[in-house]
Amino acid sequence: MSASTLTRPPVRASRAGVDGASLRKRTPLVFVADHALLIALAVMFVAPFVFVLLTAVMSPEQAGTAFAWPTSWHWENFAEVFRKLPMLKYFGNSFLYAGAATLFMLLSSVPAAYALARIQFRGSRFIMFAIIGAMLLPPQVTSVPLYVMWSNLGLTGSLWPLILPNLLGDAFSIFLLRQFFLTIPREYTEAARIDGCGEVRTLWKVVLPMARPGIAATSIFLFFASWNDYYGPLLYTSENENAWPVSYALAQFRGARSVDWNLTMAATLIAMVPVVLVFLLAQRSFVRGVTLTGVKG
Amino acid sequence: MASAIRRRRTWTAFAFLAPSLLGMIIFFVFPLIMTVFYSFTAFDLSNPPRWNNFANWKFLFGGDPLIGQAALNTLWFVAILVPVRIAGAMLVAWALTRARRSSGALRTLYYLPALVPPVASTIAFVFLLNPATGPVNRLLAAVGIEGPGWFTDPSWSKPALVMLGLWVLGDIMVIFLAALLDVPTEQYEAAELDGANGLQRFRHITIPNMAPVLLFAAITGVIAALQYFTEPAVASSTAMGKSAVGAGTSTLLGWPDNSTLTYGQLLYSKAFGANLFGYASAMAVVLFVVAGIVTAVLLRRFSSFSPEVAS
Repeated sequence: MSASTLTRPPVRASRAGVDGASLRKRTPLVFVADHALLIALAVMFVAPFVFVLLTAVMSPEQAGTAFAWPTSWHWENFAEVFRKLPMLKYFGNSFLYAGAATLFMLLSSVPAAYALARIQFRGSRFIMFAIIGAMLLPPQVTSVPLYVMWSNLGLTGSLWPLILPNLLGDAFSIFLLRQFFLTIPREYTEAARIDGCGEVRTLWKVVLPMARPGIAATSIFLFFASWNDYYGPLLYTSENENAWPVSYALAQFRGARSVDWNLTMAATLIAMVPVVLVFLLAQRSFVRGVTLTGVKG
Repeated sequence: MASAIRRRRTWTAFAFLAPSLLGMIIFFVFPLIMTVFYSFTAFDLSNPPRWNNFANWKFLFGGDPLIGQAALNTLWFVAILVPVRIAGAMLVAWALTRARRSSGALRTLYYLPALVPPVASTIAFVFLLNPATGPVNRLLAAVGIEGPGWFTDPSWSKPALVMLGLWVLGDIMVIFLAALLDVPTEQYEAAELDGANGLQRFRHITIPNMAPVLLFAAITGVIAALQYFTEPAVASSTAMGKSAVGAGTSTLLGWPDNSTLTYGQLLYSKAFGANLFGYASAMAVVLFVVAGIVTAVLLRRFSSFSPEVAS
């Protein structure tokens, strides 16, 4: 260790100064510049929401003209969307799709991820490789044969072709759950084994309680992916309006009914509400999940 | 004894994995094989597939008037959208590390658009970027700039989609942010003592430390761009004021002037719009090969400056 590091006054590495800037005293000018950038970014990320909301409450006459501050506020536009469209049915379909997919995924993918994270056996590397391959496969590659298969089973025109596969493992969820299980110290699972626990009990009694945040994050992930999915419902439900989930129905809204922008924007906001709510309620575990996908990937 | 335990473990592992392995066969291996088979047939769903030799492949590589445009558009998104989003996410993550307080609230704020259903955010952007009446061009006009036609102009429709991609960059941003905060501060201190400037520190410390995360963002970004579908499909149909793609309405894709027609959309419309399931399968095989090559190349290229090698 050189003399200079020893004599230099200790600098408390602030969490903020990851690029080393904390070593030097930050001048007020730098502070202002940093925060001007942060505020500008905040405005850019929030502005679209604000514009959408302002338009959603405009009168139909104003919504068709050049954008300006609403001259009168029509909160009833949100109710109007529910009157014009079977929104509740669409929401029900979205909940069926996202909820059942998530439940089925948990049943199939938690044991699979546990086996890949904690049981040493021949072939586990190969299986992991195959799962990453399946995860990265563009869905359009397999659309045709899968559509043929579901159509032979008579299930096209419903959401089941998108829900049922989760009973047989979801590649991304297995990958993510495995990342979480790997962070559980090995001592815990080893101790359980020494105490005579089989793998099933080790998973149930030791791993599941410890991995709860990870399981929550993976569930939210799949829930959101299903809720936001457009390609799947387009493929399997476009022929049957009764099976449309919100995200697909929304895309049909403006064109099919040639409605005004204010109602379109109101519908757009309504479609955003559930995901944003779920996110705000479960933010911590969700952000941890997003992080784990990449950092250890 | 030991081998008996090992054998039992292997059995348990495969029991745990059995449903997923079955799923891999049904939803991954089997469709891949069938796609290759269909690519050599004429197939319209109502009649059984009929072998037609290389007709699909000949049409794919020299006959289809749209596939070149669709492939070029997709390549454009791979080459522009992916790096721009990664750079943007890096900038936003870096800015967040400089926040003195309330960085958590700001992170939530920056992240929120990434959660919005893509259909909703796309429709919102078509409205925001409406050339005549939208708020963006109104604001530009207020400062004396005549805004472009965005989604209604073939040369601006793709940049408009990039702007949408930047708005929803939160998904990569949070990963970058976590990785940035994980870089050991001692490395920066050592570099600083050696007289490295900000740019050098970024190049020689930040980038190598973030290599795995950048690799992840690049691979998933490229794969996502190769299958880019929802945003351009919804944008073009909303901007032209027609109903979004559904069975039989595939002619609406790519408006204006095929500028937003991606490979994935063309594949979809060939299969589910024009009932050319054999030809669409040939397109799917090409997509599979390209996605596989891209993943392999990126994995190899990035491993050369992963932290294990660099330090």
